[in-house]
Amino acid sequence: MSVLREDFREILRLVRPAARVLDVGCGEGELLELLTREKGVDGQGLEIGQAGVSACLAKGLAVVQGDGDRDLDYFPTQAFDYAVLSKTLQQMREPAHVLSELLRIADQAVVSLPNFGHWRVRWALLAKGRMPETRALPEPWWSTPNIHLCTLRDFTALCRELDLRIDACSALSGGKPARPIDPEKPIENWRSESALFLLSRRAAPARAPAEVDLFGEVAAPPAEPAAAKRRRRAKA
Amino acid sequence: MSEAATATAGAETQGGTMRFPANKSLRLDSGARLAPLEIAYNTYGRLNADRSNAVLVCHALTGDQHVASIHPTTGKPGWWTRVIGPGKPLDPERYFIICSNVIGGCMGSTGPASIDPKTGQPYGLSFPVITIADMVRAQAMLVEALGVETLFAVVGGSMGGMQVLQWAADYPEKLFSAICIAAAPRHSAQNIAFHEVGRQAIMADPDWRAGAYEQAGVRPEKGLAVARMAAHITYLSEAALQRKFGRELQRDGLSWGFDADFQVESYLRHQGASFVDRFDANSYLYITRAMDYFDLAAKHGGALTEAFRKARAVKFCVLSFSSDWLYPTSESRDVVRALNAAGCRASFAEIVSDKGHDAFLLDEPHLDASLRGFLSAQAQARGLA
Repeated sequence: MSVLREDFREILRLVRPAARVLDVGCGEGELLELLTREKGVDGQGLEIGQAGVSACLAKGLAVVQGDGDRDLDYFPTQAFDYAVLSKTLQQMREPAHVLSELLRIADQAVVSLPNFGHWRVRWALLAKGRMPETRALPEPWWSTPNIHLCTLRDFTALCRELDLRIDACSALSGGKPARPIDPEKPIENWRSESALFLLSRRAAPARAPAEVDLFGEVAAPPAEPAAAKRRRRAKA
Repeated sequence: MSEAATATAGAETQGGTMRFPANKSLRLDSGARLAPLEIAYNTYGRLNADRSNAVLVCHALTGDQHVASIHPTTGKPGWWTRVIGPGKPLDPERYFIICSNVIGGCMGSTGPASIDPKTGQPYGLSFPVITIADMVRAQAMLVEALGVETLFAVVGGSMGGMQVLQWAADYPEKLFSAICIAAAPRHSAQNIAFHEVGRQAIMADPDWRAGAYEQAGVRPEKGLAVARMAAHITYLSEAALQRKFGRELQRDGLSWGFDADFQVESYLRHQGASFVDRFDANSYLYITRAMDYFDLAAKHGGALTEAFRKARAVKFCVLSFSSDWLYPTSESRDVVRALNAAGCRASFAEIVSDKGHDAFLLDEPHLDASLRGFLSAQAQARGLA
């Protein structure tokens, strides 16, 4: 618990107890184990590597060896409350399809991704003219698994295109506590190293306030700042 | 019904035959009825007070009920002592483990070598053709007769895995969890083709006598041995065969004849010869036929998902082996996708192994670890921990 990944800490905060959770790219099941232990969730993992799958099975987690790019299609509609995709979207062959699928399978999706608009990334490109190697994106271009990098603005634009609602968003910067942000604000696109989004389908009925109070801020309707402001802006 | 239970090796191992009277006949998919019905079985461990710790192990084509105890014919240890035993994933200290000989088999359950009550002679080819679902229906009768309402788990590899899937389709309410290893939801053209080679080898043996060899006092051993040799090749991967034998010779130099020059020939001949000591040719015909007829989706409008619709409460674990070309991973994936689509909770792993289909019977630490992890999680959920 001491060296809990920042995004895991954030996901742990926002997931409702006893929810049904699908973790896409669950690795060795650290997050599912945490959610099972702390929140009593009914978890299911999807993982491509045998080592990860074996580790999950040995921990007693439900896990399917498979490919997030291909195998999501086989999950039934609304089988889960949450689908989690932690720092993997940028590695998928078809991120837009994966996002749509996540929100078909689950009521809400928790998606975290590195922000290619972060100032360190921009600086590396501008000053050195080389592909950035930063804390959030440590690998050189020729060995990185990240094939579909995007900025916060790119991502929010895609969400709009797919008719997805951003219920909440927090900025994550290595080691520091997560910070709730409005991902539409240009300044956040400069200063957020990575971000974690809570998404739902715009067509889906709005959730009761108690349910969407996801970032631990009691009683306030939390989706209000990000989503409502954006809507107002969109209208203007 | 009556039960003839005789203690075999170890106080915890019980062996017996469940005899169902003529009025408790077994309904078969073909429309025929089988009576009287006998099911030979072994049990390991004890049923707990809640009757919640029973595990049914389903055997493969040439397996039998001697899963974790000495085989009475060969004197060898049971076929799955890797998995069943003290400290193993299926520990008799914890579980009440049942394994029965399938109907159509030749180790005590009613099969083609049993006496047909109509004629007083062995059934031979007048034994009705059976299916995997028929085998499972008989197992369900046995399980009920043993006083078990719900199985904590049903487990099997190869044909045993097909029975596991059939259990999930036909008796989901009687299952808590299901483990299907190295199996498929249907027999492919290639699977059927290999079985046909085996059956034709048996039927080409002059001693087969149209199935009435017992009355003639002979056995079609040559045909059955060839059937086993051909089948055995399908159980191994090319890499495993190459590693084990390569082109190694039995003796120095070639014989310039048709003796078993190569070690692989000698190995296959030995496999064939030792098989005929413990297996019946007609049983081989009937059981391979049952496997060929297996197509779980067929009864559900061709949609495998529909077969699992009622099994949402069952926790599944599906395992395949990377070098298994008899029931390749793609078949297990089809099962898992259908389970997911049906809303069932399933775990699936493809275990990397170069040992081929037979890997489920061999030293595969990842298999043991996967089984142990899945079973202990389910045991906890079931309150058996």
